Parts: sequence; C-alpha cells; structure tokens
Amino acid sequence: MNFSRRHFIGAATGLAAAAVLTACGSNSGGVSTGSGSSSASGGSSSGSGKLIQWYHEYGENGVQEAVNRYAKDYKDAAVTVKWNPGSDYMKLVATTLLSGNGIPDVFESENGATLDMIQQGQVVDLTDVVGDDKDKFSKPVLDRMTYQGKIWAVPQVVDMQMLYYRKSVLEKAKVEPPKTFADLAAAAKAVKTSAMGGFFAGNDGGLGVLADLFIWSAGFDQLNSDDTDLAFMESNFFDAVNAYRDFSTSGGLLTSASKDWFDGSPFINGETAMQWTGLWALNDIKKKWGDDFGVLPFPAFGSAGRQAVPFGAYGSCAAAKGADNNVEGAKKFIKWLWVDQTDKQVDFANSYGTHIPARTDLVSKASQISDGAGKEAADFVDKFGHASDLLWTTTISDSFNAALTNVIKKKADAKKEFAAVQKTAQSELKRIKK
Amino acid sequence: MTSTPAVPTTSEPARRRSLWARIRGRQGRNLWFALFVTPFVVGLLVFVYIPIVWSAYLSFFDARATIRPTTFVGLANYEYLLSDPLFRNSMMTFIVFAIFIVPVTYACSLGLALMLDNVGRFRAFFRSVFFIPTACSYVVAAMVWRLSFFNGARFGLINSLLTTLGFNGVDWLGGTNSWYWVALVSLRLWLQVGYYMILLIAGLNQIPVDTYEAAAIDGASGWRRLRHITLPQLRSTTAAVQMLLLIGAFQAFDEFYNMMSTAGSYPPYARPPLVHLYMISVGGSQQDLGLGGAGTMILTAIIVVFGLAQNWWVTRADRRQA
Repeated sequence: MNFSRRHFIGAATGLAAAAVLTACGSNSGGVSTGSGSSSASGGSSSGSGKLIQWYHEYGENGVQEAVNRYAKDYKDAAVTVKWNPGSDYMKLVATTLLSGNGIPDVFESENGATLDMIQQGQVVDLTDVVGDDKDKFSKPVLDRMTYQGKIWAVPQVVDMQMLYYRKSVLEKAKVEPPKTFADLAAAAKAVKTSAMGGFFAGNDGGLGVLADLFIWSAGFDQLNSDDTDLAFMESNFFDAVNAYRDFSTSGGLLTSASKDWFDGSPFINGETAMQWTGLWALNDIKKKWGDDFGVLPFPAFGSAGRQAVPFGAYGSCAAAKGADNNVEGAKKFIKWLWVDQTDKQVDFANSYGTHIPARTDLVSKASQISDGAGKEAADFVDKFGHASDLLWTTTISDSFNAALTNVIKKKADAKKEFAAVQKTAQSELKRIKK
Repeated sequence: MTSTPAVPTTSEPARRRSLWARIRGRQGRNLWFALFVTPFVVGLLVFVYIPIVWSAYLSFFDARATIRPTTFVGLANYEYLLSDPLFRNSMMTFIVFAIFIVPVTYACSLGLALMLDNVGRFRAFFRSVFFIPTACSYVVAAMVWRLSFFNGARFGLINSLLTTLGFNGVDWLGGTNSWYWVALVSLRLWLQVGYYMILLIAGLNQIPVDTYEAAAIDGASGWRRLRHITLPQLRSTTAAVQMLLLIGAFQAFDEFYNMMSTAGSYPPYARPPLVHLYMISVGGSQQDLGLGGAGTMILTAIIVVFGLAQNWWVTRADRRQA
C-alpha cells in the first residue's frame, strides 16, 4: 500500500480526534456517566448475568488464585475478577468512581466505603445484605463500616498490628514484657546493644504507624461523640507525645532498619529486640524464632492510659453505577461470598498469611489463630481494638501527623501544635458533614 | 460559498479570487497550516487550557469526590488554605528553596559550560558525561539516593564510609536534623545541571568569535572577558534558564515525594506546596478538587509574581546598558 502523506495526516487527525473524544468521556465528571461504559477487564456490556469485581494486590501467595476460584464457584452470574497491583489501590478506586468509566460492580475498600463514596452516592446501602447475620460479625469491625445507621460494606477479613518481642533477649536483660509505655522505654534501653536495636516501628521513627496509638493508648478517642471536635486535647495525651519524644532520643528506638515496619524482617534478622508490625508477619516470625517470642498490645501511656491495638478490614462494596449496571446482582454476590460462604471466608483468612475472619463465629475455625500468639492477637482486637474514625479524613490525619512530627522530631510545643490541628479539624468536620 | 469580487469594476481574473480561495491562501497554505496546527491546538486546549480554567472555576465551589461544582463557597477554599499553617509553611519553605536553588544550579551549570568550552580534546565525551544524568528519572534517582547513598541505617553507603573513617553515622532523612536538604539538593543538582549546561553551551556558541578576538587585541582576558562579554551576551539565555529553574523549583514534587514520604504520609518539613496540595486534595482516599484548584491558583500567582520580578530585573539591566 502506498502510504501517502495525505493518509498519514488523515490518520494523525483521526487519532487526535479520538484522543479528544476519550478525554471528554473521562472528563465529563461526576458519577452519572458510569452506566453502560465498557470495563477494562472484560469489555462486557449490560446484562444481568455479569459482574466485575476488584481486589487490591494481596502480598501473600495464592490469594489471587483463591479469589478467582471463589468467583468461578458462583453460579448466578459470570464474575470477572480484576486484580489491581500497586500500592495506590484506594486512589485508583476513588478516581475510577469519580471518572465514571469502567466502575467495578463489586470492589473491596479499606475499612469499608469512604465518606466521599457514601456522601456522593457512589456505593449502595448493604444493610439488608448483612440482614440478620449482623450479630455474627465482629462488632467494632462492622461499626466501622456503618454510617448513620446503614451498613455500606461487608467486612471480608480483619488485619491488626501488635508488638512482637524476643522473650530470651528480655529475660537476659532482666526486664518484663512492657505493659506501660514507661516500661517499654526502659526495656528498649536495657536490651539495646551495638548490634541490636531496642524497639523498631518504622524508618520514620514509628510516627506513621503509631500516630493514632498516641490517642488510643493515652485513653482517648479521635473525635467526640457528635463528630464536631477532637476528643484528646488533654494533658495525658500531650504527656504521651512528649514521652515518645524523649524516648526517640534515648537510644532505645531503632530509627533505620533493612525493611519498614510492615515487614517482619528486622525482627526476624535480629536487628531489633522488639518490633511493631502486623499479624500478617506472624508465620515468618514463628518459623524463625519458634517459641522465643511473645506478642503484646501497644502499652498504655500514663495512669489514665490503656493498652490498644489498631485493626483494619477490607470491606466489600457494591457500586451504584457499576459497569454492568447490575446493583441487585452485585448485592446478591456479596451476600453469597462474604456472608453465606463461611468455608471460603475461613480459607481466605487462614490459608494465605495470617488474618482474622470478620465473622466472630468463624474465629475458632481458623487454625492459625486458634492458639498461641495468633489467638492472643484475636483477643487483642476484641479487647483493645480501635479503627480510625470514618470522619478522620486525610486532611485531619495529615495535619495530626505533621503536628506529631513537629513535636517529636523538631521539639515543638505539643499544646501549641495540636491546637492548630484542632482548628483544622473543627473547620474540616464542619465542612464535610452533610 | 459566496463569491464577492474584491474589486467589482475590474475583470482581471486574479482579482476575482473567491473568498474560499482567499481562506485557502496561495497553494492552499492556510489550509495546510490549519491542518498541521489544529491537532496540537486541540490537544493543548483539552489537556492544558480547559483544565486550568476549570480548576480556577472549581476553586470557588465545594467539589468533593466530583469534578462538577456543587455549592458555591466563594473564597472559602482560599481562606482555608491561607489559614492552613502547613500550606503557609510549605510556601515559605519553597520561596527560600527557590531563592537558593535557582542561583546555585545556574552557577554550577554555567561553571561546567565555561569549563567544557575551554576543553580542547574529549569535549563531546565530557558533555555526554554531564548530560547523561538528565536522562535518569527523578523517581529512580530518588530511590537510589534514599535506599543507598543516604540510607540512615549503618549499612547505608555514605554511613558505612563515615563509620570506616571513624565518624558516627548520620540519620539522613529521619527528620531529627536538617541533613535531608543535602540529599534533596544534591539530587536536584545532579539531575538538572547537565541539562542547563547544554542550554548555556548553546548560548555560548552564539557569541561571535570576533568579539573575543577584538577584546584580546585590546588586552582583555580572564575575568574581564567573562564579566563584560560572555555574561552580557548570554543574558537572554540566562533569563530563559532562570525562568525554567524557578518554575521547576516551585513545581518540585517527584524527588521530594519519593525520598521523604513514609508509608502513606509525608512529614511536615521539606514539603513542597504541590506535595501538600496532593496530600490534602487527592492524596488519600478522599478527593477535594475545589481545595486543590484553589491551591494551584495561589501557586500560579506566586510563580507569576516571581517571574515578573525576574523579568523586570533582567530588562532593567538591558535598559541600563542601552
């Protein structure tokens, strides 16, 4: 074929026009343009028997195969699973819901639907999906997915974080496993050697992962009961932050390790005697240290404080404007998989890494958490578990983390720094409440 | 197509060109012009100008999790940002950063360009050596800087060197000191200097050789040659380079975000305005495009003010010389 210049220009302008059209498609905004658009994974059109389901990338081997298997077992619709690699899953979900193109019918979301999703009508109410089985789910977990009395996501599996310590190392230094923060600071200093750090909670000095624990372990909640103000502007909280500031320069805190807090490697490699990390690291730690380790919640700050652990749960949501325009089908599928299929839920929680089933009646069936440190972890969630508040938005948490960093690393005055956070939070809460 | 003769009384065929023919131009030149330019103009409009205008418009509205304006809030987004201590801080930090990094990068690039101008042999080799870092992505370089050179653990490259020499390791990026600026500035210089060096070499090549010859006959050399010939002749290149550097400094994002961010968060220090806007408007799972729009408008205003000031400064020197 003689590919003349005219052909080329024709093709080029055609491409440009196509680019413009696609841009318009994704620029037309809001959530109302979602229906009928084709999906990235399947290109399926409207129809009652098709569903697209999104997951983020789970690190454990076998999860992807497992969720594909679950989808295949569902007989009422052809479910296409889309696995989304990369660490920006929640941003991907938010932008997809916003752009209105290729919205999945069913998707998992960190700690359930976000406030934006609920307020903008991007997800549908799943209260009747959970229905009478409500009491079978862990109450704090389900509460986190509830807003104004309605359930917006069905919890899939629960993750939590806790303190791992080496029994033999603590014994050798003649210190007890720490129940209060003062004990933790003393123990970390006592066990520290030139080759092994005392306590490790991340390469940022622990501020990122421990941020909310300063509130909970000091005995407070993030927000007051009517969600209008911070609930922790008390001296015990300021003392807690100042105590951590002093601890971070005492030598007991390890500030750099081979991996970050969410990886058990620093503890496994013997870089630290105590580490704050997730339940998901339990298996590897057990393999390496056998009985020579124990687990604890985060210790209490001061006499008014209490021990605490954070938990998080991915919840399954149904999109209001999914690509297949099949809200009823999506709800039915969520009920089937995350409420009724208990054997699959146990498999999901127990066979790939260590997690806690979202339904409390299944906890005893998950072999990894039926005894030892795993069982203790499950108990910690029940007794000391907290999840970040739905209204604790990125703006508030960013401002809070900044104040924390300024106090702990730059030695700023705690009262003054958090007063600024309070101002930000008050105006943010006023702005977002509808 | 109406065909009104340009001059009704004459019957010359050339004067009776139709309107269409005039639009087309000689040999259809206008048509070809339109054909070639339109795709790019459309692209520019759709991907640059419309978003700019749209975000300016959105900045007066509440636009959370939607790119359509919902409620008109007037200047509330601007008020919120200007009273946000973190945003104000990041602005101040970045004005100081720009005032520092622009002249330093310029001086380094100019120094290299002048040195390479005097190198007789291997000139192409050295040019490539200094230019190659430009081809490296900011993200990749930030990772190398963060995980290897400026790793705060004792096995970090610089720290192992320090320990071997008998010094204590430094917690480079941890934030308990201000050493993170060394990492950030060195990375920016490494990536940028080569590129601006090439621009300045191009500028140097524009200076006529006879000027230097005349100066040499008059006995000018070394510093006087640089001060009175090279720098004045380079002025337009300098203005362009400094403007690009200034915009680059305010748009800093990649290396900062990749070097300083911690799992899901970013410390309050060394926080460029763009990173802050990213954090509060689209960074988490929430999307607040009204706030983001207001922030970019404020940032644009500051870049414009600095750009005008710089332009005024450069043209003032020109006027003085004239």
